[in-house]
Amino acid sequence: MDMLLEVRNLSVEFHTPEGLALAVEGVSFHLAKGETLAIVGESGCGKTVTCLSILGLVPSPPGRVKAEGILFEGRDLFGVDREALREVRGKEISMIFQDPMSSLNPLLPIGRQVAEPLMTHRGLTRVQAYQDAAAWLEHVKIPAARHRLDHFPHELSGGMRQRVMIAMAMVCRPKLLIADEPTTALDVTTQAQILSVMEGLKTELAMSMLLITHDLGVVAQMAHRVVVMYAGEVVEETGVIDLFERPLHPYTEGLLKSVRHLETRIPGRTSRLMEIPGTVPPLTERIPGCKFADRCPHVLPICRKEHPDLLTAGEAHMVRCWRRDGAS
Amino acid sequence: MSDTPLLAVYELSRHFPLRGGLLSRPRAWVRAVDGVTFTVDEGESFGLVGESGCGKTTLGRLVLRLIDASGGRIVFHGRDITHFNRMEMRPVRQELQAIFQDPYSSLDPRMKVESIVTEPFGAIERISKAERRELAAELLDRVGLRAGDLKKYPHEFSGGQRQRIGIARALCVRPRLIVADEPVSALDVSVQAQVINLMEDLKEVYHLSYIFISHDLSIVEHVCDRIAVMYLGKIVELATAEIFAAAPRHPYTSALLASVPLPDPHRRTKPFAVEGEVPDPFNPPSGCAFHPRCPFVFDRCRIERPSLLEVTRGHSVACWLKGGRGLEGESLHRRRSAQRG
Repeated sequence: MDMLLEVRNLSVEFHTPEGLALAVEGVSFHLAKGETLAIVGESGCGKTVTCLSILGLVPSPPGRVKAEGILFEGRDLFGVDREALREVRGKEISMIFQDPMSSLNPLLPIGRQVAEPLMTHRGLTRVQAYQDAAAWLEHVKIPAARHRLDHFPHELSGGMRQRVMIAMAMVCRPKLLIADEPTTALDVTTQAQILSVMEGLKTELAMSMLLITHDLGVVAQMAHRVVVMYAGEVVEETGVIDLFERPLHPYTEGLLKSVRHLETRIPGRTSRLMEIPGTVPPLTERIPGCKFADRCPHVLPICRKEHPDLLTAGEAHMVRCWRRDGAS
Repeated sequence: MSDTPLLAVYELSRHFPLRGGLLSRPRAWVRAVDGVTFTVDEGESFGLVGESGCGKTTLGRLVLRLIDASGGRIVFHGRDITHFNRMEMRPVRQELQAIFQDPYSSLDPRMKVESIVTEPFGAIERISKAERRELAAELLDRVGLRAGDLKKYPHEFSGGQRQRIGIARALCVRPRLIVADEPVSALDVSVQAQVINLMEDLKEVYHLSYIFISHDLSIVEHVCDRIAVMYLGKIVELATAEIFAAAPRHPYTSALLASVPLPDPHRRTKPFAVEGEVPDPFNPPSGCAFHPRCPFVFDRCRIERPSLLEVTRGHSVACWLKGGRGLEGESLHRRRSAQRG
């Protein structure tokens, strides 16, 4: 398969009043053309910051990004100037965020917002751009799209706003879509509709997708491969079926066990939910060993002393654990 | 369990006005909660599910008497509290407590944990400093925090720990019923499990009843004995948790269940999305409120509003299908299950 994106040894630090926070530490991954890669992890694990750094959107100061390279179609995006990045953003790589209200301009009608990238990046005339915009709004299943071009974001429901965001991200037919918790703020029936629209567009445009989520249900339904992050590091990377069937990292295992399955209730008895004890260590804390050691049910003496590397543990399966031969 | 329920709600309604200006007459009314009837037994966990705007939070606030009802009755522990004033509510508040969604905004940032968790008690009786400290230490121990945390402020805790503080505060006065509105939605999955398990343990220890409000079907199904599904201010289905997921009768319940992405990569399904969105509450559809989105809609649904009727013991539905019995086996939910593989 052709490689579309390759992130090499990415680190992001933030200066905070509590000290230097390592939000992302030595993260590497790749994404093939047409592939959907999910980045999974809980709040503060660094999944959003990782994606923002791909687009050069980490505010500096207080942030500082280091990387050996962020290769997009073989071209290194890391360290290129703002102008060059702006060319790529929106045209070849688009991003949609969790909260559409904070990414849409509340003062501009939605038609203008969807048409704008077409005029900037593709050089379409105003009339053409608005026509295209209307077609895209219809494409993401906004009812009566042509009549809504002059509506403002506040006049739309949450689901409709997210559709507008998707239309905006798609108009330039990007090669890569980065979707950061695209359905987390939505109701479950709306989520199902949005996921189905995204999946359809992905196939239609032969696009790759970097999907950031904490919802393993969404991962199971959408992803080809999965990167699991914990406290700023990649702890496991593998194919989606392998992840659900043979998780190797105790954190991944814990996440999978805390997923609640509908339809599995045993009549008359409530079983306890599996929990991962403890909490994520603060990013300002320097931990010599494995960052998950304090919460790990299989902890060994070495786990607290030495930091494990991300190593191969099977075909296309990587794990950062001292017990990688059979932790689970 | 005694024969009389701990809480009984009859035809409860709350209508909010839409006004053009501050003093103008209301232009329209939203029936946020519209004629809702249910009971909660002693020791029971009762779930309220539905999507945003369905009225589940308003219903919870009505039961807590944080807002006044527009109609109907609330009978709690044998007393009709619908029109109780502040003074009359004081002893009731001891038995009726709340846990809120956002563990960040529901704790006063300027108060120490010790004062936060004992505040409800202080409002009822005068207690000495030593007694207060002892009570606070006991409560923290119960919810899995350390006595050393007593002197800390809320910002020193993680989200999950803050929710534990919120739970300790609700437990302080030894309530009988706790209304928990999305108590774990703001938390990470692994921490959600910690809080849910704690709530279930406390239920046994203190013989609590819960009204558990959530949009998350899997949590409600796990925690609750009975579940009510709300749509546009009304209960459309009421069933035991076992039946809820296995044999839903209302097409909306079925659609909700079918929309949850399955955490199983072998069962990739086209999400069985119902079309459209929740209608404008100012301008609700005629007949059954779900009819514009319902794949099983027929003429009667557009004209007449179905009422909630008991179909089998403990299972009620408001749907015209099969002469008011709703779906029987043939559901969206089942259809998805058939797509497996």
